Amino acid sequence: MQNLSCKLLVIGAGPGGYVCAIRAGQLGVDTIIVEATADGGTCLNVGCIPSKALIHVANEYEKANHFAAGSPIGIEVSAPAIDLKKTVSWKDGIVSRLTGGVGALLKKNKVRSVRGRATFVDGKTVTVTGNDEQTTIRAENVVIATGSLPVELPFLPFGGDVISSTEALDLQQVPEHIAIVGAGYIGLEMGTAFAKIGAKVSIVEATDRILPTYDSELTKPVAKRLKALGVDVHLSTKATGAKDGALQIDGPDGAMSIPASKILVTVGRRPSTEGWGRENLVLDMDGPFIKIDEKCRTAMSGIYAIGDVTGEPMLAHRAMAQGEMVAEIIAGHPRQWDKRAIPAICFTDPEIVSAGMSPAEAEAAGYDVETAIFPFAANGRAMTMESEAGFVRAVARKGDHLIVGLQAVGGGVAELSASFGLAIEMGATLEDVAGTIHAHPTQGEALQEAALRTLGAALHI
Amino acid sequence: MGHHVIKLPDVGEGVAEAELVEWLVEDGQNVREDDVLASVMTDKATVEIPSPVEGKVIWRGATIGEIVAVGAPIIRLEVDGEGNATDTDTEIEAAKPAKEEKHQPEPKQIVSNGAIASETQGTAPVQPKVKGANTPPQAAPSGTMRAEGEAPLASPAVRKRAMDNGVDLRRVPGSGPAGRITHEDLDAYFQNPSPSVSGGRAPDTSVLETQVIGMRRKIAEKMATSKSRIPHITYVEEIDVTALEELRRKLNAERGERAKLTFLPFLMRAMARAISEQPQLNALFDDDAGIIRQYGGMHMGVAAQTDNGLLVPVIRHVEARGLWECASEVARLAEAARLGRCSRDELTGSTITITSLGAMGGIVTTPVINYPEVAIVGVNKMQTLPRWDGTQFIPRKVMNLSSSFDHRVIDGWDAAVFVQKIKSLLETPATIFIED
Repeated sequence: MQNLSCKLLVIGAGPGGYVCAIRAGQLGVDTIIVEATADGGTCLNVGCIPSKALIHVANEYEKANHFAAGSPIGIEVSAPAIDLKKTVSWKDGIVSRLTGGVGALLKKNKVRSVRGRATFVDGKTVTVTGNDEQTTIRAENVVIATGSLPVELPFLPFGGDVISSTEALDLQQVPEHIAIVGAGYIGLEMGTAFAKIGAKVSIVEATDRILPTYDSELTKPVAKRLKALGVDVHLSTKATGAKDGALQIDGPDGAMSIPASKILVTVGRRPSTEGWGRENLVLDMDGPFIKIDEKCRTAMSGIYAIGDVTGEPMLAHRAMAQGEMVAEIIAGHPRQWDKRAIPAICFTDPEIVSAGMSPAEAEAAGYDVETAIFPFAANGRAMTMESEAGFVRAVARKGDHLIVGLQAVGGGVAELSASFGLAIEMGATLEDVAGTIHAHPTQGEALQEAALRTLGAALHI
Repeated sequence: MGHHVIKLPDVGEGVAEAELVEWLVEDGQNVREDDVLASVMTDKATVEIPSPVEGKVIWRGATIGEIVAVGAPIIRLEVDGEGNATDTDTEIEAAKPAKEEKHQPEPKQIVSNGAIASETQGTAPVQPKVKGANTPPQAAPSGTMRAEGEAPLASPAVRKRAMDNGVDLRRVPGSGPAGRITHEDLDAYFQNPSPSVSGGRAPDTSVLETQVIGMRRKIAEKMATSKSRIPHITYVEEIDVTALEELRRKLNAERGERAKLTFLPFLMRAMARAISEQPQLNALFDDDAGIIRQYGGMHMGVAAQTDNGLLVPVIRHVEARGLWECASEVARLAEAARLGRCSRDELTGSTITITSLGAMGGIVTTPVINYPEVAIVGVNKMQTLPRWDGTQFIPRKVMNLSSSFDHRVIDGWDAAVFVQKIKSLLETPATIFIED
């Protein structure tokens, strides 16, 4: 039994928690961070990073296959093979480098790490149950950064061949046939990757379109690519259960079953609000999430919450920004949430990136907007990369031309999220983007051209 | 197509020139017969100039504020048929500068927020204009255009700096594109927090320029003439009006259909009595000719503040009017002045003047003589004050009369005698009405 005390206790060392702790340490706040499993949370261990590793491998493998089939660009290879076990081990290497890096950063900034499962005793006291000992920590401030978990369907409980994204990232061999329930970004990213490494992929989606949170203009190139990859997409279809190595579904064509050696359920994530003593606190909730204000304060004084546990969008970079902000608040700085945009990316093929509002969202928010797209088919760099699908879209307020949204779909457009976010966060107008020299030849030129085109002055179309 | 030239008509007896105060037509505008083209102002009256024909305005010969001689062309219309124009445009244009030179030798006075600046010629726009020489550029409208509930637009660095300094960016006007708040806007805000929102004090460096035209200019000229030519002597005396007020109350209670009696009719009657003993005070002093014209008839100007400015309607022959007649005439002219319906005759020809600001009258004023008169009587406010009756203090209704005289022709002694006579009459009001 160990007793510790600190000014700041962070529960959960995911992207929100560890960033909060690092910043707090930099600001001289006496900080302890508690993590039950590995530093880095979902993002580093079983989310963003490993999935991107798998997607990269799938893309490379698919490219090699493409060359083997005879490519127009003059590269010839013999039939490639993939050793998924080796892939996963390479991926694990990246994960451990990153999580190790997190641990080192925490240490460097004098943050004390306590391994174990935290449970609130009261608003200022937490007990941490580790492998062999129990620690009681008294803290002036506590940050809840417990993250989220994959949603489980009652008729498809996880276990055996019914897996979540966590297990999907650790498969030792390519499944012959994988059925994916849910055509959100996780399901589509995984589905695309598995299709590229040779699995037969079927995707079942209850609504009538893929990626329901994005508009159809953006998702159309993705749907087209899925079809080209041979992925079966069943829209307006419900999964009803699993039986005899098959997923049972019920859709417009009636009830049927899809043969599936693995069933991947990606119907969303739920906040991790149980198992850490929430019942010993008096927190206001916002639906399933912990309710927070613009300073990430909960209903209890001295208790903050950040990240997925506080609501949508459940994205690592939102959690990081919240964590940084809360650390500064606890260090005594006046801060509050004032971000204009939280960019979101689907690492599908092609990729989708969105910052700010879509045209429909802007109109729903009461803006009178003007919008234009610039297609990558008219972008020289895209042509040289055999990646002409997609476009960049600008959404601006009529009158003062304030950019309220930027979206793109296309190969490698995830990297455009930086300039999209910067433009919106800086309050750029169309003229600002149009007047910025964008290096040639890059895909980024499409952003400048989209701004120009919205102004009615595109040069290359 | 011919041209029809309209000249400034004779707008009143003895009037040689008039000031153009308003254009009611634009160049190129079509006008019909009897449409009003312009307004000109003479000494006391504003006269509208109608169009005698139908046509199109092709030339306007004066700017607002300009003095135009009677008979000078002021507008040229293009009309069907021959028109009346035999002279050429060049003649008209050539005639203009000479005319301006003649009538406007003095620079125009521009009132600029307390300071007096001069401008050389009368071509400046008439509309008051705000010169914002020192106003900060970020007083941009975009700051106020931000919709309710909309987050202020600023870069993250600006937002952080605002937060660190406890500034709510919603209060900072943004000068950038789309109302974006820049570091410079924050600098300006730190220097001078927005007065409109914070309610704090802030120096206002704007200057409002208003060209002095029309009535205001008439008043200005008149006051300047009076003060520069007449050496004023001002004499103030307290009048106990307790008895007069009692009498006035009684008379008003029984007035029936007649106009309500104010203090003025009593003063007018008292002055009439006093002037019968000192007729030299009811006179006009033509100082250029060196002649004093003493009038038998007492025409009393009563200065009245109206929406159109200071007017001095004239009650004629006060010596021949009774108390009630004076009251009804004062009421009639006050109403006419308020409505701007005074005729030229009703606004000219006074021989002595009363000025009163009623409850705003203060305790002492230094009235400016209505040139070329020689005396003016100013009425100050009435108040109840303790006065010593020889054994005790008693409340009395008292008011001061502040009277100015032209000291060139009225000696101080005579001025004092005049005011003391009025005082005696008003304090024992029955004597006002006793026939000699």
